[in-house]
Amino acid sequence: MRRSNSPCFRICVAALLALSTSILATTAQAQSPNPLAEAQTLLQQGQQSQALDKVERALAANPKDRQARFLKGVILAEMNKLDDAAAVFVKLTEEAPELPEPYNNLAVIYAQQKQFDKAKAALEMAIRTHPSYAVAHENLGDLYAKMARQAYDRALQIDSKNTNAQAKLNLLRDLTTASTPPAASKPVIVAAATPATKAPAPALNPQPASQPPAANAPVAKPPVTVVATAPVTPVTPAAAQPASKPATTTAAPAEDDKKAIRTAIQAWAAAWSNKNAKEYLSYYAKDFQVPDKKARKAWEEERTQRVTKPGEIKVSLSDIDIAVKGSEATVRFKQHYDSSTFNSASGKTLAMVQRNGRWQIQQERIGR
Amino acid sequence: MAGVSDAGPDATISLIMRDIDQNKLDVALTRTENLLRLYPNFRLAHLIRGDLLLARTQALTTFGNASNAPADRLADLRDEAVMRLRGYKNRPAKDAVPRYLLQMREDQNHAIVVDTQQSRLYLYRNDKGRPIFVADWYISQGKAGAEKQREGDNKTPVGVYQVTGVMPPEKIGDFYGKRAFPLNYPNEWDKMQGRNGHGIWLHGVPKDTFARPPKASEGCVVLANQDLDALSSYLQIGVTPVIISNGVEWLSLDDWQNERTALNKEIESWRADWESRDINKYLDHYSDRFRSGNQNREAWGKQKRDVATGKSWIKVDVRNLSVLRNPGKEDLVMVSFEQDYRSSNLSNVAKKRQYWAKEGGRWKIIYEGTL
Repeated sequence: MRRSNSPCFRICVAALLALSTSILATTAQAQSPNPLAEAQTLLQQGQQSQALDKVERALAANPKDRQARFLKGVILAEMNKLDDAAAVFVKLTEEAPELPEPYNNLAVIYAQQKQFDKAKAALEMAIRTHPSYAVAHENLGDLYAKMARQAYDRALQIDSKNTNAQAKLNLLRDLTTASTPPAASKPVIVAAATPATKAPAPALNPQPASQPPAANAPVAKPPVTVVATAPVTPVTPAAAQPASKPATTTAAPAEDDKKAIRTAIQAWAAAWSNKNAKEYLSYYAKDFQVPDKKARKAWEEERTQRVTKPGEIKVSLSDIDIAVKGSEATVRFKQHYDSSTFNSASGKTLAMVQRNGRWQIQQERIGR
Repeated sequence: MAGVSDAGPDATISLIMRDIDQNKLDVALTRTENLLRLYPNFRLAHLIRGDLLLARTQALTTFGNASNAPADRLADLRDEAVMRLRGYKNRPAKDAVPRYLLQMREDQNHAIVVDTQQSRLYLYRNDKGRPIFVADWYISQGKAGAEKQREGDNKTPVGVYQVTGVMPPEKIGDFYGKRAFPLNYPNEWDKMQGRNGHGIWLHGVPKDTFARPPKASEGCVVLANQDLDALSSYLQIGVTPVIISNGVEWLSLDDWQNERTALNKEIESWRADWESRDINKYLDHYSDRFRSGNQNREAWGKQKRDVATGKSWIKVDVRNLSVLRNPGKEDLVMVSFEQDYRSSNLSNVAKKRQYWAKEGGRWKIIYEGTL
């Protein structure tokens, strides 16, 4: 039985990414190794208290550092010190009311504390500061769903004691996703808040796909929605996509190509849904950039194992945006992955190439 | 018709539904949230709120889109919504009178009429015998519906009753709310029909509950605590009639007046014929199926004849008359009065009850007894 969509809240992945990129740049001249970058790494490894130590060290040197404080809030949130985390973000919203991210994360914490009205107000503030701030919009949608769930629980006298545990798990997962961000997601918003951080993005390897938990995941694991959507369309640097050339004025989008690409990625998703690993892998080009610099064979084995994992799944795509340049294309869409234990909706960007009349995936990134 | 319910939750729910029809979902949500501030345990309102919130994230498919919801609870809330909306919409016209309240006693300040089909209770004021609408409220009835016959059949009785007392909360427990008013089920007529069971009350709901589903009780009539509070101030123990109907019949004032006049005339004719000491004329008011305790019509007639022969005069006064029609297909009326009987050799005052039934176009007495 497929369970209902359980809304979750995206702690501000994008902002965090931007932090990690800019931290390297801003503090590079000060000292090495960089405590904030280390904190990031430690957080990704689940070592929150060590991560917190690093952040505290950075804050001792520079108590006003907004990024350090933001990261501290995220770490505290993940440590489930929600009140402390909320205090950090509240302070940030007071000092920098033009930034949507602290509002957004504050909303995530309020939502976990079931203070839905406050969460709603915080998200509305995030949207007011940046009307097109996608994460806040999505969170608001999830919040409504969560509030609806709570209303239904009250209506139907359903015991929702474990909703707290659910929310906590959601947060953890979000941060896990945040640990493997797309290479170049760099929201304009945060760049503005952190003056002149034009350093190149670190070479982080994207995950091949949002990864559902293993089939033997703990039973308590609720269905969650993992979204690693960057708030704004990332600027893909040339390094990440060696084949892409500057746009030429002659490159009129070929409708036939778009149609063929659309068919190809729908078939790719269908093969995934149908657990047809062989077909699924056939959509990847020979020169597909295997993530984590793994060997192609190892990656194929891993994907085969994941794709054929028992249990009903459904992968579907929406909001497909295709940009064709000759025999290359950039395809962005929202990927919905639903299984009995796990639901996700994540932004995906595929770099595709046409080989022998077939459109194939050359690069696959989380984020749009 | 103006009344308490115009300010109650059903009026608001009706407005919310109108808002939804007109696609004013934000207005509907605000209205629902205001309603919940007033009645935090109003589960139906929570359900509507859930729908209105969910409508912001996805298309709705039904009323009550809660996934994984226990189907029975969802069905209960849907039923409640239907009953509340229908009951509020179908409230009686201004000049309509429930057929049952033919003659209220002077000291019966109010009367209650319950419609199990509409899940609704109507309160009437006695204005010199004429019932005037005061208020109406949503109620719950027995799980198995109306027309109780047997102990444990989970049905609500249909008939003419009165509240016989009041039970305080410490005696009844939270489940029944702040107080309970027992009814005199089974009444004489019920017993004659072989109906049994006991403990049919008007009562409230637990603290964590605003209202229960339309069919929820073991036969009791259940009101929201606030509604029962409001109703309590009108109730006179042992006096206020409680008429439970499985579908109230409403009469125009003219028809009501005609029916009332016809019956009062028959009752007056019975009284006068008794005074006349013409026992044949007197007995003509009694049905062939008449019973009073162990006596049938023949035994009753013989006794009256024996008594009358020794008397030079009889004077009968009927005071504090109440004439309440029994709900149902049969033309049956419960008549209660204080009988002041004086005669040449014996006088007494007694509280009497009769049941009159229409037989071949004429009202006849089928039961008579002392209260």
